[in-house]
Amino acid sequence: MSNKILSVRGLSRIHGEQCPLCISSTGPEHDTNICPHCGSVVAAHDVNFDLYRGEILGIIGESGSGKSSTVKMLYFDETPTAGSATFYDGDAQHDMFALNAAQQRSMRNKRFGMVYQNPHLGLNFQISAGGNIAERLLMSDLKHYGEIRTRAGDLLARTEVARARMDQNPKTFSGGMQQRVQIAKALATQPPLLFLDEVTTGLDLSVQAAILDLILEIQHELGTAMIVVTHDLGVIRLLAGRTLVMKHGRVIESGLTDQILEDPQHAYTQRLVASAL
Amino acid sequence: MNAILTIENYAKTFCLHERNKLIPSASHVNLSVYPGKLTALIGPTGAGKSSVLKGVYRTYLPSAGRILFRTAAGEVVDLAQADEHRMLELRKSEIGFVTQFLHCLPRKSALDVVAEPLFARGVATEEARRRAADLLAQLAVPAHLWNVPPATFSGGEKQRVNLARGLIAQPRLLLLDEPTASLDPATTERVVAHLETLKETGIAMLAIFHHPDLVRRLADSVIELSPPVAIVEPVEEIA
Repeated sequence: MSNKILSVRGLSRIHGEQCPLCISSTGPEHDTNICPHCGSVVAAHDVNFDLYRGEILGIIGESGSGKSSTVKMLYFDETPTAGSATFYDGDAQHDMFALNAAQQRSMRNKRFGMVYQNPHLGLNFQISAGGNIAERLLMSDLKHYGEIRTRAGDLLARTEVARARMDQNPKTFSGGMQQRVQIAKALATQPPLLFLDEVTTGLDLSVQAAILDLILEIQHELGTAMIVVTHDLGVIRLLAGRTLVMKHGRVIESGLTDQILEDPQHAYTQRLVASAL
Repeated sequence: MNAILTIENYAKTFCLHERNKLIPSASHVNLSVYPGKLTALIGPTGAGKSSVLKGVYRTYLPSAGRILFRTAAGEVVDLAQADEHRMLELRKSEIGFVTQFLHCLPRKSALDVVAEPLFARGVATEEARRRAADLLAQLAVPAHLWNVPPATFSGGEKQRVNLARGLIAQPRLLLLDEPTASLDPATTERVVAHLETLKETGIAMLAIFHHPDLVRRLADSVIELSPPVAIVEPVEEIA
């Protein structure tokens, strides 16, 4: 069995009609991701990487760089306009974008997890915290009420949300706690692959630290592979072994995280690192 | 005996786009490191000593040359070209780096900071902490500090925590960047004794020491570097 869990090749997404000049007239050297000829937006173009089991890969870039689009395509939230992704699951391998909608839904519910920056995207605010987790457990074939309840409670306890709050609506939770519930929900099916999209953005520093520590602990305990999308150099420094740097829809540089931070090659990355507080 | 590390014509030049400048940091570096031996890098500030260590660890991308590392499995890998996953694997299991300064999370106890490389290798928490405690004791870090984050430690205590973290997993190749720079003479003696023990176990070391005296005592071979020639021409356009 190979160490690979995910292999992404030529992944691209263009919003709009597309003309033959879209690619050649966008990107970092043109300082835009909007095609001046047809107005299409090149959200991501030709993204390539391999992710290994248990590895944390960072994707860093500013708003509009294509970093969120990349993980959203892999989580089937958005549809790529080109490219492929292969998910290696045990002995099986799946050509992700060739699967039908039901197969994609099943992969997303059982094998992947996602934590969004905005808890409203990841949680159902009409039902309790425990209910949110139960929803996901139900989709993954666990049917017994008592078992579901116990497991949901365990997951909340693991992410340091008091069991006593299990039956409360996450609406009443603080931002940090909502993220913890999202993490508990994402982990419910023990997925081998987790996507984290700006999960600590907008939280108090102390809450950020606690969430990041939790993510690291989970990675140690469960060996979950993760793709961490962030604009925060501190987050990738802490979490990621390797990092992709994106700008205007392109990956402009990739490398070991300490190398990206200490010896950045691209002008934009050098500027980014020099802007660190 | 076969060298574990052979560096051929290593060079590192930084290209600063914003300032339109090329900054050479090391050039024409050739050396070998053998199991159970210590190779010392000497030379004035700016000669590129740290740059060589960072090139081997791939914190810097080498600009030229080959960095040939012989793995435990007997394979020879050019670290200047090696795949990133391979590099991460080698860092975890075969190549250790002790830098001058301790970088760690301000909320982690000294014990866990030191045990970290063992956690990464999958050693059980209790066992890893026990070995970390042994090592901290050997390096004379007072026991009452073990459960405290090193942020408030003295320079010398931090440095010993840093050293312990680098030594605990017993890598086959150890890169040392002035590991005794802020230690008092008595503690330096302990560290020297510990490094000698490690050499006896066959660990290969490539090291920078502040004091010529330590080079004399520990080094089996000495490589002298001189600062690379500055590039004065302004660079037009760098791809």
